[in-house]
Amino acid sequence: MLILERRPTPSRFWAWGTPFLAVILTMIAGGLMFAILGKDPFEAIRTIFWDPLFNAQFAAYSRPQLLVKAGPLILIAIGLSLGFRAGIWNIGAEGQYIMGAIFGAGVGLAFYPMEAWFIFPLMVIAGAFGGLIWAMIPAILKTRFRTNEILVSLLLVYVAENILASMSLGLLRNPEGGGFPGSRNLGQYPSAANHELIAGTGMHWGVVAAFIAVIAAYILLQRHILGFQIKLAGQAPRAARFAGVSPDRLVVLCMGISGALAGLAGLFEVAGPAGQISIDFNSGYGFTAIIVAFLGRLNPVGILLAGLLMALTYIGGELAQFMLGLPSAAIQAFQGMLLFFLLAVDLLSNYRIRVPMLMKEAR
Amino acid sequence: MTADVLLSIEGISKSYHGVKANDDVSFSIGAGEVHALLGENGAGKSTLVKMIYGLVKPDEGRMRLRGADYAPAEPREARSRGVAMVFQHFSLFDALTVAENVALGMDNPPPMRQLAGRIREVSEGYGLPLDPTRLVGDLSAGERQRVEIVRCLLQDPKLLIMDEPTSVLTPQEVNILFGTLRQLAAEGTSILYISHKLEEIKALCDEATILRRGKVVGTCTPREKSAREMAEMMVGATLNPPERAAAAPGPVALTVRGLSVASPSAFGTSLREVGFEVRQGEVLGIGGVAGNGQDELLLALSGEIRTAPETVRIHGRGIGHLGPNERRKDGVCTAPEERLGHAAAPDMSLTENALLSGAVRRHLTKRGFIDWARTRAFAEGVVRTFDVRTPGIGTAARALSGGNLQKFVLGREIMQEPEVIVVNQPTWGVDAAAAAFIRQALLDRASAGAAVVVISQDIDEIMEIADRFAALNEGRLSAPVPTKGLTIDQIGLMLGGAHGMHEAEVSHAHP
Repeated sequence: MLILERRPTPSRFWAWGTPFLAVILTMIAGGLMFAILGKDPFEAIRTIFWDPLFNAQFAAYSRPQLLVKAGPLILIAIGLSLGFRAGIWNIGAEGQYIMGAIFGAGVGLAFYPMEAWFIFPLMVIAGAFGGLIWAMIPAILKTRFRTNEILVSLLLVYVAENILASMSLGLLRNPEGGGFPGSRNLGQYPSAANHELIAGTGMHWGVVAAFIAVIAAYILLQRHILGFQIKLAGQAPRAARFAGVSPDRLVVLCMGISGALAGLAGLFEVAGPAGQISIDFNSGYGFTAIIVAFLGRLNPVGILLAGLLMALTYIGGELAQFMLGLPSAAIQAFQGMLLFFLLAVDLLSNYRIRVPMLMKEAR
Repeated sequence: MTADVLLSIEGISKSYHGVKANDDVSFSIGAGEVHALLGENGAGKSTLVKMIYGLVKPDEGRMRLRGADYAPAEPREARSRGVAMVFQHFSLFDALTVAENVALGMDNPPPMRQLAGRIREVSEGYGLPLDPTRLVGDLSAGERQRVEIVRCLLQDPKLLIMDEPTSVLTPQEVNILFGTLRQLAAEGTSILYISHKLEEIKALCDEATILRRGKVVGTCTPREKSAREMAEMMVGATLNPPERAAAAPGPVALTVRGLSVASPSAFGTSLREVGFEVRQGEVLGIGGVAGNGQDELLLALSGEIRTAPETVRIHGRGIGHLGPNERRKDGVCTAPEERLGHAAAPDMSLTENALLSGAVRRHLTKRGFIDWARTRAFAEGVVRTFDVRTPGIGTAARALSGGNLQKFVLGREIMQEPEVIVVNQPTWGVDAAAAAFIRQALLDRASAGAAVVVISQDIDEIMEIADRFAALNEGRLSAPVPTKGLTIDQIGLMLGGAHGMHEAEVSHAHP
């Protein structure tokens, strides 16, 4: 039997060490899974983690994809991490992401075919607003009626998906699209397009916004009283009330920030890499961002690195599907393992494991 | 007292992370002896009793129980050898009955009906009447302690360890407990009694072992020593009783009128029409047994519970509707009872905890941005001025001992120079030296013109520092009376006497 002993203060070493340990454990368990599926585990891991960046054949396509995928993940995860730190669980970023895309694209399409400098900025504001109001629904229900924000935000994802389908088929459908579902391609509408800023890098405004969000969140958490209140509310809710923090205000604020950032991510995606509103526009960034937030220890810099890593598994996973014929479910399971192991080894930062046979000691 | 040795402890040592919590501790307890274990917080008392109870294993040394080697690997083994312990913090479930709670703590509980009968029998036999069918959530703190004691007595212990048992009792309840303990001792049960209350130790204990920094620094017969002498042995220095510069109280600073508050927790006590006034330079002591509305009163004064504006007034201005930070701006600082989790965030550093309540009055933020340099300076100031023993201000609050954290919390509030300061249980679980220091600091604050409200279960503390006394009983506050000339008995009656003891007193009075 093992004994868990609480550490007097959380271990700094393990706080930073656990993500790396989790990645290693995921590689081992994932490798086993790939082996059981009849694939060479070493080749599969190499295809996922190495080839997208350094294989001469694929890197030219894959490298820019890294930022394209990491941008929305980081942007959403930064927003989520603030709430998670305060003990406010927004699980519905996917829905807020969809609503941001619909609002943003809707504003852009409303101006079509006019060309003006202010259209894209307006779309950015509309995108943030769309995500914000979608997040306000669980926030206000929680503060007014004490509903559970986890359930409400999650279920609103499915509502948003249905609105997305209805928009693709109805209001936002391309009138010149021959009846196919999906909106006009914003990539072909210069005033509304979110172009690659530096050719061949994948850098677009969404990536810039993600970097800005990382820096802003870092400053908020390190230097601003609001960041302190967020951390305090998560760690010691009664002490937070003693410090004058209003829990309801914090719920609205954290849900609002995470919703707005998820909405922004949706807008940048629809106006850039995706190009149009379509039934299958959303691809799970809002859920994967939850993993990114935890993998990054809810720390802005950690999230930046975790977002890049997770983007790599996305791209490498696609590559592995394509090259090795791995099923996409295996790739998703692989990503899920990462969160699973992270949460499991997280124990080490607050607890020490003792084997009573060797050392009989308890506090 | 007999010459038979029940438990002997020989050269016990125990280290945590290189710090010696116990260093070559030896003493023995005779059969039927009431033995006091005295020492400041961090002196090693808890570690020592944990080793006796099998919760911790010593690094060196050995123990002998009735002549046989005794090295319990776990509490279960300690209990089977006849060692029982009543902890300072109760481990009871509010939503279960007395009998169910007792059964949960037993290794081989008998059937419930039989157990209920045994509980009645034992509890009445020792003058601690308990109804086995009542919900623990409905019991007073004193009654809850009886549940713990009866749970131990049902196992027929040879040695009963009691950790700070009187901190939650009214004076009358203390007398009843002492009656029980004396009866047990007369029947041959030994008692190891841990307390800071030296007068109680004088009244109850046959022998005392004094620990300082993990070592035995002396033994004495408490009856032959004064409380002062024992305290000085504990601390290793001369102690001065708190003093204050006499000053006429100024105008009224804090007025509370018709304050009724529903308790936020299910087993809490709602406040009913509480009213009092405190003048500048005055100390009001609010006594009462735990769970009679103390927490709710503090929340209502700190601003964590908001009420109508006119129910709480400072210098005549209504502040009942304001939150904690707005009240701090107006000069009201508070220190809740629960240090970890309420007054301080356990995992945060002392610097961050200094910011927690000090941000407003000490101007630790500028346009919302934290001035960490100022915050660190403030935390350093508190640590230095209030002699908080810590490796540094970067240490997490939960790594500090109770007494040191309390000094930090009180220091943090007092150094904000509040005009009104409200503290709940300022010296609970704090050693004598730290308690004297905290009381002196509160008196100094009063001398500097603040209105001080001390909510405490420690009657001696209130008598020592308060100018006036009011009792909080079931959410109602009695009219404050001057402390000068009050007797302990009068206070006890104001506190509601001994809860649930009327029948027992009658039956004992007329056997």
